[in-house]
Amino acid sequence: MIPAAFEYARATSVEEATKLLDKFGEDAKVLAGGHSLIPLMRLRLSQPSALVDINGIKGLDQIKVEGSKVHVGALVRHVQIQNSDVLKDKLPILAEVAGEVGDNQVRNMGTMGGVVAHADAAGDYPTIALILDAEIVTNKRSIPAKDFFKDIFTTPLAANEIVTEVVFPVADGPHKYIKFRRRLFDWAIVGAAAQKMNGGWRIGLTNVASTPVRAKAVEDALHNGAKPEEAAEHASDGLNPSGDLRASPEYKKHLARVLTKRAIEQAK
Amino acid sequence: MKQKVATTINGERREHEVEPRLLLVHYIRDVVGLTGTHIGCDTSQCGACTILVDGKAVKSCTMFALQAEGRSLTTIEGMAKDGQLHPLQQAFWDEHGLQCGYCTPGFIMAAAYLLSENPNPTDDEIRQGLEGNLCRCTGYVNIVKSVKSAAATMGGATAKAGAKSAAGRS
Amino acid sequence: MAVTAMIGAKIHRREDPRLVSGAGHYVDDFTLPGTAYMSIVRSPYAHARINSIDVTAASKAPGVVAIYTYKDFAKAITGGIPVAPAFVAEKKQTPNRFPIAEKEVVYQGEAVAVVLADSRYQAVDAANLVDVNYDQLPAVMDMEKALDPKSPKVHSDGPDNVAWDLTYVPDDAEAMKEADVVIKERIHQQRLSPTAIEPRGVMAEYARADGSLTVWMSTQIPHLMRFYLTLGLGLPESRIRVVSQDVGGGFGSKGYPQAEDYLVTAAAKLSSRPVKWIEGRTEAIQGTPHGRGQFFDVEAGAKKDGTLVALKVTQYLDAGGYVGNLGAFQGVACLLSGGAYKWKHISARTVGVLTNRVPTDIYRGAGRPEATHLCERVIDLLAGALKMDPVAIRRKNFATEFPFTNNFGLVYDSGAYEKALDKALEMVGYDRFRKEQEEGRRKGKYLGIGLSSWIEICGIGPSAPTAGATGGIALVESAQVRVFPTGSVSVYVGTHSHGQSHETTFPQIVADTLGVPYDSIELRHGDTAEGPAFGYGTYGSRSLAVGGMAVHKASKKVVDKARKLAAHIFEASEDDVVFDQGQFYVKGSPDKRKAMAEIALASYGASLPPDMEQGLEAVAYFDPPNFVWPFGTHIAVVEVDPETGDVDLQRYIAVDDCGNVINPMIVDGQIHGGVTQGIAQALYEEVVYDNDSGQMRTGTMTDYLIPTANEIPNLELDRTVTPSPTNELGVKGIGEAGTIASSAAVINAVCDALSPFGIKHVDMPASPDRIWKQIQQARVASSNGEEARK
Repeated sequence: MIPAAFEYARATSVEEATKLLDKFGEDAKVLAGGHSLIPLMRLRLSQPSALVDINGIKGLDQIKVEGSKVHVGALVRHVQIQNSDVLKDKLPILAEVAGEVGDNQVRNMGTMGGVVAHADAAGDYPTIALILDAEIVTNKRSIPAKDFFKDIFTTPLAANEIVTEVVFPVADGPHKYIKFRRRLFDWAIVGAAAQKMNGGWRIGLTNVASTPVRAKAVEDALHNGAKPEEAAEHASDGLNPSGDLRASPEYKKHLARVLTKRAIEQAK
Repeated sequence: MKQKVATTINGERREHEVEPRLLLVHYIRDVVGLTGTHIGCDTSQCGACTILVDGKAVKSCTMFALQAEGRSLTTIEGMAKDGQLHPLQQAFWDEHGLQCGYCTPGFIMAAAYLLSENPNPTDDEIRQGLEGNLCRCTGYVNIVKSVKSAAATMGGATAKAGAKSAAGRS
Repeated sequence: MAVTAMIGAKIHRREDPRLVSGAGHYVDDFTLPGTAYMSIVRSPYAHARINSIDVTAASKAPGVVAIYTYKDFAKAITGGIPVAPAFVAEKKQTPNRFPIAEKEVVYQGEAVAVVLADSRYQAVDAANLVDVNYDQLPAVMDMEKALDPKSPKVHSDGPDNVAWDLTYVPDDAEAMKEADVVIKERIHQQRLSPTAIEPRGVMAEYARADGSLTVWMSTQIPHLMRFYLTLGLGLPESRIRVVSQDVGGGFGSKGYPQAEDYLVTAAAKLSSRPVKWIEGRTEAIQGTPHGRGQFFDVEAGAKKDGTLVALKVTQYLDAGGYVGNLGAFQGVACLLSGGAYKWKHISARTVGVLTNRVPTDIYRGAGRPEATHLCERVIDLLAGALKMDPVAIRRKNFATEFPFTNNFGLVYDSGAYEKALDKALEMVGYDRFRKEQEEGRRKGKYLGIGLSSWIEICGIGPSAPTAGATGGIALVESAQVRVFPTGSVSVYVGTHSHGQSHETTFPQIVADTLGVPYDSIELRHGDTAEGPAFGYGTYGSRSLAVGGMAVHKASKKVVDKARKLAAHIFEASEDDVVFDQGQFYVKGSPDKRKAMAEIALASYGASLPPDMEQGLEAVAYFDPPNFVWPFGTHIAVVEVDPETGDVDLQRYIAVDDCGNVINPMIVDGQIHGGVTQGIAQALYEEVVYDNDSGQMRTGTMTDYLIPTANEIPNLELDRTVTPSPTNELGVKGIGEAGTIASSAAVINAVCDALSPFGIKHVDMPASPDRIWKQIQQARVASSNGEEARK
């Protein structure tokens, strides 16, 4: 299939990108890796009037550690995250999750900023960002992850707002992300993340709601001394997932429990 | 409005004026005329359109031609050198790694990237590394063999001798 | 036959140097100057009345050449897309199918209008501007409900929704009474999309000056397409040329005429521009006919000692909105439902049901995977009921004497079923596995093993039973062998490879039969302007057993003439001339020889016998005396995760017997691919529609789950060789065997793994959510003290 026509401009700085977005107006979109956007455009489910290509902006493709924070630039590709020695050391769960996004070709193009801004309920990074209290930094402000993922494909980003980086805390304790899917390159049917941090557990779920979910009830149960299998029973507390082709709501809730248990047990 | 795109494709400089929405794969096939890169889906699944952009495998159906500005592209037509098939091409031939041949250029390009990252992959690493490409004819058995055999020809086996494949699948 | 050992040799493929270099010629790889691209406006609804089609905005769009709807095509296309009665003699209702809808659409994706434009992009843009006004009608989606006389109708003017209802052998109430145990099951065959990675495509050029039409297309059947286009467009066959070069997979889906074949060619005639249409993937999943789409109600009985007694089969086949060109062929599932076994009695009935879905048609195996699946499931269900080992019940009931006439009068030509079974059991280590399984179960590990001792009918096919299948043309096959004066050889065939490697394997046959060097022989196919007048194409695992035999027969005609000429040259009696490894000599004088090339040169010369014409070439049509009957045993080993329901396919063993083998590398490759498509059906693939709205939910490769390399294990292959007595080469077919065998092996393994839960049957695809749900139900049932599965 063929995308509808649009205007195209390259930006070499965030300022220029902002100006271009202002110029093109509400129906313009930012083009980073394009691996969420272009397939939608090919199916004409998305028909932006203009694309502002930010791939030429220097400095957005860096992974840096500053103090207790890990800064992942918006244009950092999944493959960079997957192979980053810094991340393997300071935030290994993110490197592992990146290795499970799409396939090699997708990981060579797709970006951190793109996944976050797209806010697909089945996206993997948003779950990690949420449970680690990451900050999504834009050209205008810094937004805590818990306020960023509002609904499926819905964020507080304004039309001329560009994600520039995502700032995670260093988290090098035991961790595990389990992405349950049919084929290796598929989206998660359900994903479960467990990260030990500052002596407590952070537990998150992917694709069980219209946004990523932090499983507070599980975290609390673990905090209160419950065994993993007991705590994980709370993973579906309050969940009301919608069913899809691959899983009924009941099955998703069940998977949330099973995968949470396994993620905690397998965390290392 | 058409815009200029200048690239190097298989070592040759190319410059054209294109519509912004022109997909890179259509640019390569319909404008440049290199038809070895194929199209098998609308949604970045099948991998038939895989090429190398600055040495990295990408699906050329999920890039606009304009995004390739200034990049160096390699397509299947650029693999053979001086009339000699690339070891991967030779291995796909030797190991019967293709039947209808339609997905083959994409597999070869994806495998070229895989071997550039991991010169001596295990069977499982090959299977995982080719997750972005679909084949409907071969059941993948001989594709895995082809990549393995090419790795040996290309020196991977000697570079990391002794690496063993885990039995079965992941 | 000369023994130059080309037959049976592992010869690397001649196709490959171009294909690995990106130098193949698929239909979208070239475009004629002035080509207009076609984009098709399709129905978004499963069932609707078309009130109006407004093309005002679309016709003003940039680059638009023409927009055509039914009324335009009605002038260019005579009649509808034909439907072959195939094996179903009693047709009740075959709705007329014009390639584009007039007043009513009966499936989502049916063509409503076409747009021609200067570029692909412009064609799509303009197609999006065509405004069609519909009134939605109720979508008939459920086969059982569709059969209710009160059901809404798929075609609002149709009498009912029954496409056919045919009883092959009526039920005999007495037959089941001999059984000590009786099982009943409903076995589903989900709809599958063939999804050749190269989508379909057609480009056509009509030359008004001489009234000739040239059609480049991705097809399995160049000559049959020309035949169908002649009927559809009213042009003489001599004025139509169909060219099909490299074809990127077909699996049946490029083996029958489809709407676009008529629309593109007619549009080329209407517009006087070359016209090209290349299918998109969503178009393909929505609009290219599906395979399977059936369910079977089965009842089977056996004696206490495992002797099979009676089988009762009713097939319900979802024909879709129209009856597919070869769709009714899938009724063959009934005729093979007894599988490799002796049954005292089998009754079978097939019911074709119209629904508001895209038609179903032949897809790799077409009816035979369904037969194997139901038979091999039934055998395991009976074994379970009898508490008998699945191996033992198979051994006890195998047909052992050949030719074997099955309950429907079909004659299996040769077989050695136990031999293949034994080999497969040895490869898997059956006894050892059973011990591991036992130990595993104690630790909560659910391992399962599944057998599929399959048979199939292929080599389609003898003229008499198949003549009706194409509207009167019998499915024989043709070949022409031309030996040029300097001894090189061109072979033209009516079959057409789309991955089967005929360019490599057919010359192997010719090399042995003519005794000339392999490298001097080239195969040409896929162009109706060359070779014999007619060919029948590649499908139904027929290319070797029918087409290869035509090649062999034509080669033998050449040898016969060459022998006569050699006798003339040697001044000997023809009976005294020996032909050995490409050399002619007179018995007793082996030192005085003439090679085939020398005879070829002589054949174009002046010194011929008085009754001989110049030249050394021959055409042959081969009509096989019977079908051929490959067989084998496949074994799958799985582990099921009882918490998630996920199936891990750990090992897959296939021992197949396709008679004599021309090229073992090619045979193995065919099995690899075939098995993988069956595994895909067992575990992954399904075309899903919303059953209320009739909207397809799996219209992209994101949702239609073709497995990747990571989901398919290494396949362990071996073979037995039981030559076919049906043809001189002793060959059978292998293109579909893997698919015919494998879904049953995988599902039997899954059911075996789940047997501790009391689960006896699992439908396909055996997805984690389905299995998890069944385990939950089984747990509830067993805690309620009920039967685990009703």
